Amino acid sequence: MKSLFASHNPLATPAVQLDVLHKLALTPFSERIKSAGLDEIKPLPISILQVNLGKMCNQTCKHCHVDAGPDRKEIMSRETMEQCLSALRGSTIQTVDLTGGAPEMNPHFRWFVEELTALNKHVIVRCNLTIILANKKYHDLPDFFKAHHVEVVSSLPHFTALRTDRQRGEGVFLKSIEALQKLNAVGYGIVGSGLLLNLVYNPTGAILPSDQKGLEAEFKLRLKTEFNIDFNALFSITNMPISRYLEFLMESGNLEAYMEKLVEAFNPLSAQNVMCRNTISVGWDGTLYDCDFNQMLELPVNSTKTNIRDFDEQALGLRSICVDDHCYGCTAGAGSSCGGEIA
Amino acid sequence: METYYDPKDLKNFGKIGEFGQELADKFFDYYGNVFKDSALSAREKSLIALAVAHAVQCPYCIDAYTSDTLEKGYTEEQLMEAVHVTTAIRGGASLVHSVQMMKQAKKLMM
Repeated sequence: MKSLFASHNPLATPAVQLDVLHKLALTPFSERIKSAGLDEIKPLPISILQVNLGKMCNQTCKHCHVDAGPDRKEIMSRETMEQCLSALRGSTIQTVDLTGGAPEMNPHFRWFVEELTALNKHVIVRCNLTIILANKKYHDLPDFFKAHHVEVVSSLPHFTALRTDRQRGEGVFLKSIEALQKLNAVGYGIVGSGLLLNLVYNPTGAILPSDQKGLEAEFKLRLKTEFNIDFNALFSITNMPISRYLEFLMESGNLEAYMEKLVEAFNPLSAQNVMCRNTISVGWDGTLYDCDFNQMLELPVNSTKTNIRDFDEQALGLRSICVDDHCYGCTAGAGSSCGGEIA
Repeated sequence: METYYDPKDLKNFGKIGEFGQELADKFFDYYGNVFKDSALSAREKSLIALAVAHAVQCPYCIDAYTSDTLEKGYTEEQLMEAVHVTTAIRGGASLVHSVQMMKQAKKLMM
């Protein structure tokens, strides 16, 4: 499967995606938060710097909001990573969340993790699991993660091959299981090891995630009994109506109903806890965004300084967070963030 | 084309109080409590609801609990097995009456 970008699909253009959402004539998200008694979503002190190391990936998942894939070549340079390190040196930010694409495919990935560890930062890597088996040079990633005490967060949309492969590609489930077993073998997800292995559940279809606690219990039972796999927590994340998931919604005739569902499920409590309040997202070229979704829609932070080389934590604290109708994805029901439910 | 069932009506279920608020409130309060995690989990109750929806052949309930069970992580195979439970009970309910038929037939016939 090709990315939208490589197949010249109009939906590869962020403005086209936003236009599709605007044509649905929903109550604009900015108005909805006002009617819920929130003037705007206000930033809190930044505690997480989420760094997108690039759109290159060994997988082409059907729901990918990044439109990542093997045909994407945009990756973060070492110079931009150095600028991230400079920003972090003068900051109180404690957590750095590395994402992609497959962040491990960036040739400077290991150097960057080592530098972040030297700065005493808590490092999260969003690992797609199959990368560990994709090439001999990645086989030692579990040991590398362990050596740097990295928190591993990995997508596994279901405990069955059928549903996982439908979203992430043929054969991905069994490879993911093998990778999880390798992570367990070095201590990841094992009680008392201190090595965190968290899984991400994204629904495989035009449905919302539900009952994170119940799903976690079912995942733990099924993965343990069938594959002897242990993990720490399951993060339940709503699919955002952008990029390839937006294409799926349109092609399957589910767009209108899905968006109505998100709007109807708007939860003011979730709106108060959205991740953009305490996170800054850095794009592969250094541009700063309120979140990874705004990054893919090319909606940079509302600030005079929009690049990591000019990182100004104080100015960012005064910014107005940029919202649009895709934001309903983070505020539906129990809400959604890179760490799962928020309400 | 006009039909007796309109999928959009499901969204207006909550408005039935317009013709009788007190009982509607009591019903929705009861409904909400029934589906909470308790001796059975909300997840288990959702699958029971899907099976019952097929027994009472309510299209609104079938739509609602197909989404709900999928959202709660059940597989399509599990959904179908639940409907087979419905079918087994419905079919069994007919067949078990054949005992009465057999008794009556045996009584009547030489």
